[in-house]
Amino acid sequence: MAMKRRRFLDILLGAGLLGWLGSVLYPLISFLKPPPIPKANVNSIKAGVASQFPINSGQIIKFGRKPVILIKMESGDFRAFSAICTHLDCIVQYRKDLKQIWCACHNGHYDLRGINIAGPPPRPLDEYKVNIVNDEIIVSRPEQAG
Amino acid sequence: MSQIIKKSYQWVDDRFHLTPLIEFMRHKKVPVHKHSIWYYMGGVALFLFIIQVVTGILLLLYYQSGVDSGYESVRFLMTKVNFGWLIRSIHSWSANLFIFFIFVHMFSTFFTKAFRKPRELTWLSGFVLLLLAMGFGFSGYLLPWNELAFFATKVGTDIAGAVPLIGDAIKVVLRGGEDVTGATLSRFYAFHVALIPGIFTVILGLHLLFIQRQGMHEPDYFKNLPQEKKKTIPFFPNFILRDALLWLIVLNILLYLAVFFPWELGNKADPFSSAPQGIRPEWYFMFMFQTLKFLPAHILFIEGEVFGVLFFTVVAIVWLLVPFWELKFKGDKKARPLKIIGIVVILYIIALTALGYIL
Repeated sequence: MAMKRRRFLDILLGAGLLGWLGSVLYPLISFLKPPPIPKANVNSIKAGVASQFPINSGQIIKFGRKPVILIKMESGDFRAFSAICTHLDCIVQYRKDLKQIWCACHNGHYDLRGINIAGPPPRPLDEYKVNIVNDEIIVSRPEQAG
Repeated sequence: MSQIIKKSYQWVDDRFHLTPLIEFMRHKKVPVHKHSIWYYMGGVALFLFIIQVVTGILLLLYYQSGVDSGYESVRFLMTKVNFGWLIRSIHSWSANLFIFFIFVHMFSTFFTKAFRKPRELTWLSGFVLLLLAMGFGFSGYLLPWNELAFFATKVGTDIAGAVPLIGDAIKVVLRGGEDVTGATLSRFYAFHVALIPGIFTVILGLHLLFIQRQGMHEPDYFKNLPQEKKKTIPFFPNFILRDALLWLIVLNILLYLAVFFPWELGNKADPFSSAPQGIRPEWYFMFMFQTLKFLPAHILFIEGEVFGVLFFTVVAIVWLLVPFWELKFKGDKKARPLKIIGIVVILYIIALTALGYIL
């Protein structure tokens, strides 16, 4: 009978201790996790005057909070991709000499369709839609592209 | 004067009984043999850690964390504050030498097999100190908010994100969000000046306590010598004085490096510019960085970076547990697998680091 009572008390104390630990750790761990910041709902942006954009060059533009690389190819056509390398999050650049998109961090190469062709990147870059309206470059999200 | 010192000592000794402690240190012997030089490496690392603490506190007086103030405050420190450039240069150089000497200390412990029973916990705590020192380096690197540090942090935290299952959570907690932003800078600042120093000091205390309690490790051939042939010196004052002399030499080398090769600040980080060419982490991460660079996009069915992270994690765990598996080879004197493993590891680190700077 005495042992039973002791065991009961042990379980009670043990459970209390676990509950106490949980009530300390849960807020701590939750605190470390930053609250999600609502994403600015940007669907398209204006990226300058098309005729003034140098041929065979690229530029990083702000698309909401994300960097996008806008490229004017030799044909005069524009392409835009997410500028975040699919390998390890660096920001890519346009290489005039290679006519490729290149990431300096780990020597990753993408062609002008955004497809990973050499180096470590595991996936293609996401493509953005580019429209020219009255000589103004409009870059829009892929899903918004019409 | 000496009377005052004597009286003060008496006063403290009456209350805290210091004499037995000093007697303990005086009776503690340090073996003298052809590998004795390696006994000093941990002490040098300790000395450099003290310099880190002192110069770090000085830097805190001017540093202002923040996307709009971090870079500017370091530039102000380096251009306007008297000797600001010197304090920062010493802090950066001594951080690098600190990690270098920890590596030397670790490999000398490895090759002299000083990690064997009863010193398993000294080895384990030392390894944790190495990881924390690398954490110091990684978190401190970002604080000036310059271009190189910004991209190195993006890459480094993204690599942490490659850990299966919990990677994403680790990445978000480290970055304070999805991307490397001012929130990341605040967190790294807290890690660098509060969290890591706190943990480091406690584990360093344990590490030193273990060493004091067990005394210096004696290599096998020294242990087997007859007692009268074992040459030793007292820990106090002989060993301590030699330590002090070496610390003075290291301090001179450090000041030479800090003055003649001052640490640069570079360009301010811009989250909307391409990663510059020649982006690289600090040298002690280079061999891992270079390995990731060589890995193809996919190995078998997993992504190259995930494979790399898993590979280094496994190697680190095997290395950490060396006191527990090494004994299996003890009987076999000819095979010497430990020596070969150690040399392969060092050659790998040196070769990949060199490639990282050449390519």
